[in-house]
Amino acid sequence: MKPYTMDFDVKARDFSSAGESSSKFRKTLLMLSIPSDIVRRASIAAYEAEMNIVIHSYGGKMHFEIYKDKIVIVAEDTGPGIKDLELAMKEGYSTAPKEVIEMGFGAGMGLPNMKRNADTMEIVNHDESGTKIVMTINF
Amino acid sequence: MKVKDILSHEFTLVAGEGGIEKEVSNVYVCDLLSFVMSHVKSGSAWVTIQTHVNVIAVAVMTEISCIIICEGEKLDENAKEKADEENIPVIAFNGSSFEAAVKLSEMIK
Repeated sequence: MKPYTMDFDVKARDFSSAGESSSKFRKTLLMLSIPSDIVRRASIAAYEAEMNIVIHSYGGKMHFEIYKDKIVIVAEDTGPGIKDLELAMKEGYSTAPKEVIEMGFGAGMGLPNMKRNADTMEIVNHDESGTKIVMTINF
Repeated sequence: MKVKDILSHEFTLVAGEGGIEKEVSNVYVCDLLSFVMSHVKSGSAWVTIQTHVNVIAVAVMTEISCIIICEGEKLDENAKEKADEENIPVIAFNGSSFEAAVKLSEMIK
């Protein structure tokens, strides 16, 4: 069966509309009567991925696929990649700039949070051409 | 306890009136958004000093019942609009996060 898909562009450093795609994705999950714990986990994973694009990248996009038994979230940006992936996966490690940290972001929890909330998380690419992360949540 | 039960002359509603019937079952105090994303329980009253629009998105994603902004900080105008749209009650409090938590703890008993 074909999934229900949603696609959004995510602008770099646009904090006023940051989270819009995750918010619309979440509303769709609620409309489809997806179980509430799945909605919460998927929303958090999507929001963290979207904020990573806003904070760290030159811009990118969010792609969502909703199947009858799983959700696939794809976050893809156009660079500059993740230099040290092992460090980036550690809670508390952050490369976020000062002004972003003052907003309460950049606590170094983004990727670990995504991994915790998704059933699988694959970092398909993280070189300087861009980062692509695919997450799935089963239900 | 419902969000509306928190409201008083000390805890004043500044946005998101549509959500005041929501149940509050917990209190969480934190200013780091990613920590909130990973630790807060749904149905919590979230005590913070952050006032920008992304706070509302975090509250929506984690199913927080209301946000309490401490130290007399003012909610940003675009955050106010977003809170109204998403029915996330935002409550202003003049004291510290600690004082807010103590008072909420008394109410929630």
